[in-house]
Amino acid sequence: MKTEEILSKYKNTGRDNLIPVLQEIQENEGWLSEKIISDVGKCLNIPAGKVYGVATFYNQFRFQPKGKYHIQICRGTACHVLGSSSVLQELEKSLKIKADETSRDGLFSIEVVACIGACGLAPVICINGEFHAKVTVDSLKKIISDLKTQNLN
Amino acid sequence: MIIDINNKKVEANKGETVLEVLNRNGIKVPTLCHIKNMFPTGACRMCLVENTKTNKLITSCSSPVEEGMDILTHSPRVTEARKTIVELLLSNHPDDCLYCVRNGNCELQNLSEELCVHERRINGKKNKLPIDRSSSSIMRDPEKCILCGRCVRVCEEVMGVACIDFTKRGSNSTVSTVFDKGLNVSSCVNCGQCIMVCPTGALTEKNHFSEIEEALKNPNKKVVVQYAPAISVSIAEELGMEAGKDINGIMNAALRKIGFDFVFDTTFAADLTIMEESAELIDRISTNKALPFITSCCPAWIKYAEEFATDFLPNISTCKSPQQMMGAVVKSYFAEKENINPDDIYSVSIMPCTAKKFEGQRKEMTNKGNSDVDAVLTTREFVKFIKLFGINMHTLKSEIADSPLGSRTSAGKIFGASGGVAEAALRTAYFKITGKELVEFQIDAVRGLEGRKETQIKIGDLNIGVAVVNGLANAKLLLDEISAGRKDIHFIEIMACPGGCVGGGGQPINMDENAIITRMKSLYQIDDNENIKVSHKNPDVITIYDKFLKEPLSEKSHELLHTHYQARKVVL
Repeated sequence: MKTEEILSKYKNTGRDNLIPVLQEIQENEGWLSEKIISDVGKCLNIPAGKVYGVATFYNQFRFQPKGKYHIQICRGTACHVLGSSSVLQELEKSLKIKADETSRDGLFSIEVVACIGACGLAPVICINGEFHAKVTVDSLKKIISDLKTQNLN
Repeated sequence: MIIDINNKKVEANKGETVLEVLNRNGIKVPTLCHIKNMFPTGACRMCLVENTKTNKLITSCSSPVEEGMDILTHSPRVTEARKTIVELLLSNHPDDCLYCVRNGNCELQNLSEELCVHERRINGKKNKLPIDRSSSSIMRDPEKCILCGRCVRVCEEVMGVACIDFTKRGSNSTVSTVFDKGLNVSSCVNCGQCIMVCPTGALTEKNHFSEIEEALKNPNKKVVVQYAPAISVSIAEELGMEAGKDINGIMNAALRKIGFDFVFDTTFAADLTIMEESAELIDRISTNKALPFITSCCPAWIKYAEEFATDFLPNISTCKSPQQMMGAVVKSYFAEKENINPDDIYSVSIMPCTAKKFEGQRKEMTNKGNSDVDAVLTTREFVKFIKLFGINMHTLKSEIADSPLGSRTSAGKIFGASGGVAEAALRTAYFKITGKELVEFQIDAVRGLEGRKETQIKIGDLNIGVAVVNGLANAKLLLDEISAGRKDIHFIEIMACPGGCVGGGGQPINMDENAIITRMKSLYQIDDNENIKVSHKNPDVITIYDKFLKEPLSEKSHELLHTHYQARKVVL
């Protein structure tokens, strides 16, 4: 369903529907642009500042489009115990972006997730739906460079 | 019902909050996020008290009284909890109190003093966030923000603007605009009410201090100053005098001592505004076009209209605000008369308002590329200026403002209170329509602090419906009614700040409503005592029309004193 259709479906239905609208639109567009935030506000009669406030409260909403390779990194308990924080650090360092950001060339984006549900494989990252198990700083470097080569070919 | 407070039986009414009962009984409990007359949020936990019946700490601001409550307000457990809250707030607060604008007038500083916080027990991670200097009126320093949310609530509930809100979560929470952009591109109307409620130095006005000092030092500049009608009744308490006292004459003397070359009273320009505005009002009513006619003196309201109420832009008076009218005549009529090149004039105004800083820089407010007003000081900055120059207000003798733009009537003076512009305009309109003066000048129905006042005034054969609103959220309600077809209102005065300019965003910071009431009373007292109560009898106004402007709405007036506004595109 297109964003306009979603908005017309929810037109003037009030602030209770704010999160469902944002979720549906993100499902469709992959992220929430400034225009969408402002349009959602107009649609539900909420100031755009309020919409932005609510949207930034939740990790699930993105304010930059996803990269070609969308990397979800699990920061759940099992992954944490097995060193996911250094994996995230390395990821941010090597891609030169922070969590929830997209690299300027549009190639990579990072999303931190609470638990991906694959604790047996911890620490785990998931790139465009494909799981990489027992990731270490070294194996991550290889994964990234493989993706870069793959992109060039 | 009866509840126990500190082992004393106290009367309480159902529906009241514990805090209300405490305050009524003279028990002071510190608060931070609480704003009187607004729905409590209970966010800061500062107002904690102990309910020994349930053995729990409860927030007194948001807990309704219950039968059989047994409250302790200053038990060791309570004070310990409050102290910890302050320590936690301080844990990531910048340590630059000495350099902070709010040094000496900071609620966090006071609380930390009251609760004997004398060492840093908790060392938190500091938020590294940039200061937003983008707005021409208001600066935001998120590092000093303690997230009490008062600015957010005032912006939404009193002003109906909601350009700022809490964003992100947990330790990353900040108060910010949409997409964390500058205030200058947000829907902010620059009213400054957020500054008035900010407990710390997170929100302050954009300082024009150094520019003015530079100009005063420059021998080639003639520095002209004007002060708004509300100023003379708003600074006395800050300078150790009786609150609300009118110190107009002493202020003139102080301004000359500081080094301003000419001292003018914006009240003169308020009278000028009335001449133009009442002529416009009569024109609109007699031709029945673009009604209701809406005042344009409040720059925060103007920006609000440009963003939120664009349908009403044609209804707004084309008159510039008194500040801008004064600026325009200073750099034309006065410059001509004194034979000064307008480029050599540095025009300063002292206003109870932060939006005036923005207004002064608008491109609509220029004449041949020259700004009508060059710098604007708020009341707060003015008080600092007086202190900086070491002026003792107690020993100064009263002086009168400079001619030819210094004489005032009390009609212009009451501009400072909500309802004043409407009252002054009606006095002059009455004379212009009927040829007679009003017998009773006082129009009680438009006076007072209420958010909306309405009345019908009979002038000759005309029945004029007048509405006076303050607080832009109230203005929105009225405008919505008019959009929905209400026809009995012909003339609307809109002021953004509660109580009008006496409660403006540039005034001394004080959460007490009584301060506004005292200033308002003082203005009406001046009106009672003054001989000339109508703008059209101001001798300097009569002269300027004789020698320069010819008549209200003349070509010259239009060139200098009138302007037009256009819709402004911002994210709403």
